[in-house]
Amino acid sequence: MHDLDELQLSRRGLMAAGAATAAVSVSPPTAVAQDGPDAPVTAKVAFTVNGEKRSLTLDTRTTLLDALREHLKLTGSKKGCDHGQCGACTVIVEGRRINACLSLAVMHEGDAITTIEGLGSPERLHPLQAAFVKHDGYQCGYCTPGQICSAKAVLDEIKAGVPSHVSADLTAAPKVTEDELRERMSGNICRCGAYSNIIEAIAEVAGGRA
Amino acid sequence: MKAFAYERARSPREAASAAANDPGARFIAGGTNLLDLMKLEIETPRRLIDVNGLGLDEIKPTRDGGLRIGALVRNTDLASDKRVRKDYGVLSRALLAGASGQLRNKATTAGNLLQRTRCPYFYDPNMPCNKRRPGAGCSAIGGFTRSHAVLGASEACIATHPSDMAVALRLLDATVETVRPDGGERTIPIADFHRLPGDTPHVETALARGELITAVTLPRPLGGQHAYHKVRDRASYAFALVSVASVIQKDGSGRVALGGVAHRPWRVEAAEAAMTQGAKAVGETLLAGARTTSQNGFKLTLAERALGAAMAQARA
Repeated sequence: MHDLDELQLSRRGLMAAGAATAAVSVSPPTAVAQDGPDAPVTAKVAFTVNGEKRSLTLDTRTTLLDALREHLKLTGSKKGCDHGQCGACTVIVEGRRINACLSLAVMHEGDAITTIEGLGSPERLHPLQAAFVKHDGYQCGYCTPGQICSAKAVLDEIKAGVPSHVSADLTAAPKVTEDELRERMSGNICRCGAYSNIIEAIAEVAGGRA
Repeated sequence: MKAFAYERARSPREAASAAANDPGARFIAGGTNLLDLMKLEIETPRRLIDVNGLGLDEIKPTRDGGLRIGALVRNTDLASDKRVRKDYGVLSRALLAGASGQLRNKATTAGNLLQRTRCPYFYDPNMPCNKRRPGAGCSAIGGFTRSHAVLGASEACIATHPSDMAVALRLLDATVETVRPDGGERTIPIADFHRLPGDTPHVETALARGELITAVTLPRPLGGQHAYHKVRDRASYAFALVSVASVIQKDGSGRVALGGVAHRPWRVEAAEAAMTQGAKAVGETLLAGARTTSQNGFKLTLAERALGAAMAQARA
């Protein structure tokens, strides 16, 4: 007489054999999937988003962008190319702008993350948000949250003395010029082509020096 | 993306040994290239070893008057470092010419060296590629080759190395420091770090399995005029068609290295003897043995003219 555990084991083995012969149209039973090499792996991560502590248990494959959008429902950050080429997913992590699509959520343990939702709200616009509205710094608006998060970090980078490709003198403090803003914003694509208005908006917030 | 286990390494040696014992393991630092490739399932690690917490993120002076750059120093921080801006301007310039602000904030010194080619056929899993699957064949040969290598290529691969930073490091005679899975350390001259494709284009560097880069060291400063001329299809955020890293002294002598033309940064020390005789003279040795396709022959003209521009700028 078999005990219950043995019965379950043999039943699992049977199902595994069945799945192997039933080709791809049949999903394998969970027990087999968990033993397989492609079984999802989950991990816990805790970070701060817009000042609020958040804890998540996530598939390790989850990007920071998907954690923000799909798990925390902060859909301001956008998924454009999902390959770090368009900048629509730009968020600010520990004071620095990054492509949230090219970073794993589980690698952000303890980090402070700011998304567009943390910069301003419809009632209290961030000065960059107000300037984008005033200067028509968008058309469809899809790239705008990434543009604004990027612009916020760009102004901080210039203030911190980070040089750019167009800085004439590497050892001097960089200035806010149109050329500097264009170069520094090149990781944010706007398919509507609102670039000149975007630069005007950022320049106004920087103090009209461009 | 394939599922993977994730862990944080506690020491460089432990990370190296863990990676050596598991062929499915990969290190991850900035992740900007690795995750991109994992999404396309060109890279399919079963285990990621996060090396970010290893404290390899400092830039320190060496006893020889150079700089030791931790493997995890971000590209932005390296380009912004006051000592690098003052004494190794070509390195700052090369870094700032590469990628976007967002990517430079994440990408690390070691990761930049280890980034893989942007050959469009390598990135397209539907096309045969000897880098992705050794022996599968090269789709670039006979294909669209405008961006491909004109020097040092082989019948197996004509891809270029995409890094700007690596071109400057090659010019500066940097060395790459590593820790091996047995705990031993070694130093690899940058000239020997990246390999030409030959019959094994999938083997891109001199690193052994599990070997972890811990630092990149710069020798003492060279003085002179530092410049990085990058010619590309758009003004920013594009890979080089041709780039020229240069350090040129007042008397016109100096060093030059090219990016965008080969499977690794391209420098021929013997060519630098002709530095005072102009770009054509340097090009004769530097570009010797070039093999072009019907679409990328312009790179030779471009390289010579970019060399000329670098020399003219140094004289100005």
